[in-house]
Amino acid sequence: MKLLNLFGVFALLGLLAVGGGTAVLPEMRHMTVDHFHWITDNQFRSIYSIGQVAPGPNMMMVMLIGYKLAGFAGAMVVGIGFFLPDCILTLFANRLWVHFEASPWRRAIQRGMAPVAIGLMLAGTTAIAKLAIFNLVGAAIALTVFAMLLWRHVNPALVIGAGGLIYLLSVGLL
Amino acid sequence: MSEPVTTDVAAAKPARPSLGRIFKIFLMAGGISFGGGVVAYLREYLVRGEGWLNDDEFLDALEISQTLPGLNSVNLSVVVGDRMRGIVGAAVAVAGMLLPGMFVVMTLGVLWEQQHQNPMVKHFLIGVAVAAVGLLATVTVQLGHRQFTHWLDLSLLMITFAAVSVFHVSLVVVLFTIGPVAVWIYRPGSHHGEREVKLPHPHFHRRHELLRN
Repeated sequence: MKLLNLFGVFALLGLLAVGGGTAVLPEMRHMTVDHFHWITDNQFRSIYSIGQVAPGPNMMMVMLIGYKLAGFAGAMVVGIGFFLPDCILTLFANRLWVHFEASPWRRAIQRGMAPVAIGLMLAGTTAIAKLAIFNLVGAAIALTVFAMLLWRHVNPALVIGAGGLIYLLSVGLL
Repeated sequence: MSEPVTTDVAAAKPARPSLGRIFKIFLMAGGISFGGGVVAYLREYLVRGEGWLNDDEFLDALEISQTLPGLNSVNLSVVVGDRMRGIVGAAVAVAGMLLPGMFVVMTLGVLWEQQHQNPMVKHFLIGVAVAAVGLLATVTVQLGHRQFTHWLDLSLLMITFAAVSVFHVSLVVVLFTIGPVAVWIYRPGSHHGEREVKLPHPHFHRRHELLRN
């Protein structure tokens, strides 16, 4: 039953991820923390962070929510649920999309959905900010990273790792 | 190569590399891209390295991948894999893209289960989340520079944001109410669709440069 629930929730989240993984973070937090009480806010934040230090699409961390709940079976169920239905949708939607190459509605959908997607990404960013920033050091690191990456291209992985270390040194050890 | 100049016809045909090669290329892109730069690595490998797509074809595929729900990098793997070798190509590309991250995430997750009481681990992970907020904000602003600088787009953006973050409306409801309205506003023939693209702030990267992030 729990596995079925896990599959359903993450299949839905995958299919609703207009604007990518970030866009779906508020709903994911709501479902896994508030609604089903599968994990706590702090666990959600930690799992999200682990996803940030792994290579590839950083939403692989969803598997850890399943792992936390039901071990490796849970991780597999969540991984398949989150990625498979969405990949099937993408496969056929893309073929349709190519088929309707001449349709003016293609452009309308792209133009119309873009601000919605960006709004959802902003909401996702805010959701992680609410979970992670609760002191001045945190706020300062987030602002520095934002300013630095806007200013010039720095490898995001280095910035993320440095952020973790600086926070550890300034909050954990002082 | 000293082929005669009839390459336009040849270029229109999608490349047809072996499944093993597709797997290897996506595995490399999925394994090397730390910090969310998957799309940039894919472009490096697919366009510059293998020459399976040219820049325009890649950007078209990326645009579709961004419009459809799901992760951009995974959607892009499906679109490019399908284009080259059909459904099997798409499956192989996605598997290559996901496997390295899956392996690392699961390994770190199991270690974290044993170490989550450790205050050093806890503080490090908070710092990572905090830095990720800065990164997410950058990506949002860069991808959305057109939307942030146009009043109608900005209104739709803020309504969506407020619905989710302030009023906690469920995502299904948000997508199926604001989504259709937004598409209708930009429906074919609507004068909103014809607007000039306002130039972004000079610090915002152009479309091609976005790929590096």
